[in-house]
Amino acid sequence: SCPTMGRAMGLAGLLLGLVVVPAVLVSTSLRHGARRAEAEPEPSGWELVADAVPEDSLWPLPQWVRTYPRQLQLAPSRFQLVHGAGSSAGPGCGLLQDAFRRYYEYMFGHSLRRTWGSRPLAARGEPELFELQVVIEAGDPGCDGHPHLSSSEAYHLTVTEPVAVLKAPEVWGALRGLETFSQLVHEDDYGSFLVNESEINDFPRFAHRGVLLDTSRHYLPLKSILTNLDAMAFNKFNVLHWHIVDDQSFPYQSIYFPELSDKGAYSSNLIYTPTDVRLVIEYARLRGIRVIPEFDTPGHTQSWGKGQKDLLTPCYSGGQPTGSFGPVNPVWNTTYDFMTKFFKEISSVFPDEFIHLGGDEVDFSCWKSNPEVKQFMKKQGFGIDYAKLESYYVQNILDIVSSYNKGQMVWQEVFDHKAQLKPDTVVQVWMANNYAHELSSVTGAGFTAVLSAPWYLDYISYGQDWKKYYTVEPLNFPGSEKQKKLLIGGEACLWGEFVDATNLTPRLWPRASAVGERLWSSSNVTNLQDAYKRLTKHRCRML
Amino acid sequence: AENEPSWETPCTELLVYVSTPGCDGFPSLDSKESYKLSVSKGSMLLSAETIWGALRGLETFSQLVGRDENGTYYINETEIVDFPRFPHRGLLLDTSRHYLPLRAILETLDVMAYNKFNVFHWHIVDDPSFPYESSTFPELSRKGAFNAVTHVYTASDVRTVIEHARLRGIRVIAEFDTPGHTLSWGPGAPGLLTPCYMGKVPSGVYGPINPIVNSTYQFVTRLFQEVSTVFPDFFLHLGGDEVDFTCWQSNPEIRAFMKERGFGEDYKKLESFYIQRLLDIVSSLGKGYIVWQEVFDNDVKLRPDTIIHVWKDNNLEYLKEMANVTRSGYQALLSAPWYLNRISYGQDWIEAYKVEPLHFEGVPEQKALVMGGEACMWGEYVDVTNLTPRLW
Repeated sequence: SCPTMGRAMGLAGLLLGLVVVPAVLVSTSLRHGARRAEAEPEPSGWELVADAVPEDSLWPLPQWVRTYPRQLQLAPSRFQLVHGAGSSAGPGCGLLQDAFRRYYEYMFGHSLRRTWGSRPLAARGEPELFELQVVIEAGDPGCDGHPHLSSSEAYHLTVTEPVAVLKAPEVWGALRGLETFSQLVHEDDYGSFLVNESEINDFPRFAHRGVLLDTSRHYLPLKSILTNLDAMAFNKFNVLHWHIVDDQSFPYQSIYFPELSDKGAYSSNLIYTPTDVRLVIEYARLRGIRVIPEFDTPGHTQSWGKGQKDLLTPCYSGGQPTGSFGPVNPVWNTTYDFMTKFFKEISSVFPDEFIHLGGDEVDFSCWKSNPEVKQFMKKQGFGIDYAKLESYYVQNILDIVSSYNKGQMVWQEVFDHKAQLKPDTVVQVWMANNYAHELSSVTGAGFTAVLSAPWYLDYISYGQDWKKYYTVEPLNFPGSEKQKKLLIGGEACLWGEFVDATNLTPRLWPRASAVGERLWSSSNVTNLQDAYKRLTKHRCRML
Repeated sequence: AENEPSWETPCTELLVYVSTPGCDGFPSLDSKESYKLSVSKGSMLLSAETIWGALRGLETFSQLVGRDENGTYYINETEIVDFPRFPHRGLLLDTSRHYLPLRAILETLDVMAYNKFNVFHWHIVDDPSFPYESSTFPELSRKGAFNAVTHVYTASDVRTVIEHARLRGIRVIAEFDTPGHTLSWGPGAPGLLTPCYMGKVPSGVYGPINPIVNSTYQFVTRLFQEVSTVFPDFFLHLGGDEVDFTCWQSNPEIRAFMKERGFGEDYKKLESFYIQRLLDIVSSLGKGYIVWQEVFDNDVKLRPDTIIHVWKDNNLEYLKEMANVTRSGYQALLSAPWYLNRISYGQDWIEAYKVEPLHFEGVPEQKALVMGGEACMWGEYVDVTNLTPRLW
């Protein structure tokens, strides 16, 4: 059970203090329902609080942590998060101001002692910690900008009396450091807030640490998405891969092509208006999270055809159109006219430098049945190799998107089918079968890669499956040092076939936390017992 | 227009007619839940033998009411005759592996009623925690709950659950599982559990309830006296599953007892010794009992009206077990294929739906002994944050 009051995700269970039980009992682990052969050794249900060590609840584990036995007290009514002297950011930095308020709430929110009392701390003898000073070191802190792939998320945290100092080159590192600081602050049995003297030096192992949400298979209300962004921030994730449309529905309300969602969304209220989209982007930005939208083509586009006539390929049977449609039609000029205009809008609506263009699972059968397409194949000299047609299409889209100065992310098929990619195109490896080999191929060809294959979190299973996500080592593939550098990170994917607002949060978390640590922490942080200890505390805190 | 439905005079009332009085009682295994629903021009009638049938009929009626695009509520002319195929349709919740706040239990009862479930099997205590506040033995929850103040069910909470259930025609069958699954009982009841030994010395670790000391049976008698009064249903679930013999085997006093009784090395006999005495105690308190299948498998002497709860599912072994249990003349409950805590990807509801409870080898008289079944939501990985979407 969760001993301390959680943070943001709204759960009532409060506790006054742990009941320390003389714990000489061992749970025999014969859980009813588990076959004997499966019984896993579980830690005892009663933990001795006195043994708890301050690093016991840091998640993800920072690169370098030193904690000391000496503790400092914090008084909610007096403690402040402030801009330190010499910081290039000040009260005008909205992003940090917002973070200060947010982290104050997380640390002291449920405490009644926020506004009462100016009495000096009598209960304990420890010295008081009065403030955490945040110092941004770079000339341009980046307060009003958006995070990039190359942003610095490093920070240095010193907790000592009378003030703690959080130094970071950019505001993004300060956000990460604030999260860590808030994880160090703990309550004792009497409700006093304490923090151990410590020094932390931290930075992420991988620069691209994402979560994919699918809002086409099931619409996700804004609240779901925002709650998820909060959870991502608790775990230092920095990319929201928004798989916003697909076959089943088109909830994105386009300014140039309003019919797309008018006809393609599940219903008129299950859409994301431009305001909704801006809200998501800003909410994410304030947490140092990039929003990379995915408009997956030419496959996965059934819903596009509802609001855009003559976009999808009409399928044929026996010389006649059947009435059903396949992927986007690659042979008509109007297709590219549409895509040019559409991606112009997307490029301006979404500020991130990257757009995900999809390109996965294109079913060639409809193309093969269409006489115009067949004729085009002949004219182009593609023979019967429809992968060439797919690549022809994809290359055109890549060009269009490039012209808007956006980088592109694609699913691995685009690379596998030998389309000509731009040098900075990022390839997302998702097929589970022999993904290490795929990583070698992609990086061997000089392309940047993002790993998702072992992290399809929609594939639920019984028991502590977080462990199998945690034990993945992304760089375990044959390749040179140079190649390994091209693997810039990974994404935990929660496809939406069986997910909606009623079950998203408990399904994604804390399982995704395992991926979060794998992508942030050092490669030698692999001990499952230690991870279990920290993860259970972290999970309770997230609630 | 031609295709418009013919709106008859708006229906203003559903008449509910119950032939057997009894609003203030509790539902039981024998309760009749049949009802007839008749919706026609000018009259809507729900008739049932008992109030429990009326509840089922109201649920069905509420499912028939539709709403069109204009917001108008409507109902089609309908004739329904309904009754349950099985009289025991249960759901198990485990409040020991993770505490479930009252609202989670009450919400579950609501959804059970939407689905015409009629038994709430409350697996209330187990190894990890003892949240049941006992008036006879307050130390049990004081020392055994995850938190003695916030993670307990007070007498008032228990009454609330029982009444909330009753109002929905749902029986509450409490399970106090012994002699295994009792680690959390130890701190509040010193001397109850068997001290395990490492060679000649106690190891400091404890095992199942100690079956050889009289204090055990005094304790059990007093506890079940209380439980029998608190829970009005005729049946109590007594557990009896997964008893690990290693601790008993390690204890010299128990080994001596085994010798004295001529049980040899067969610790199943010791388990039976305990269970038999427990069953006698509970019988004498005027309650019937349900036990997990091990109690039957280990040849314990049972009363003829014992209900055996079949749960082991290794390669469809439950089909054989259902046959054995019913062939021996006992009533059976099926849970084996319905362990909903064992989640998997995709539309796994289909597997649960395809189960045919009577699909085992046996004569009709045997089949008639199958009272029904229970979907189980064990709590190792379940708490209030994920219970509802995992169960429904």
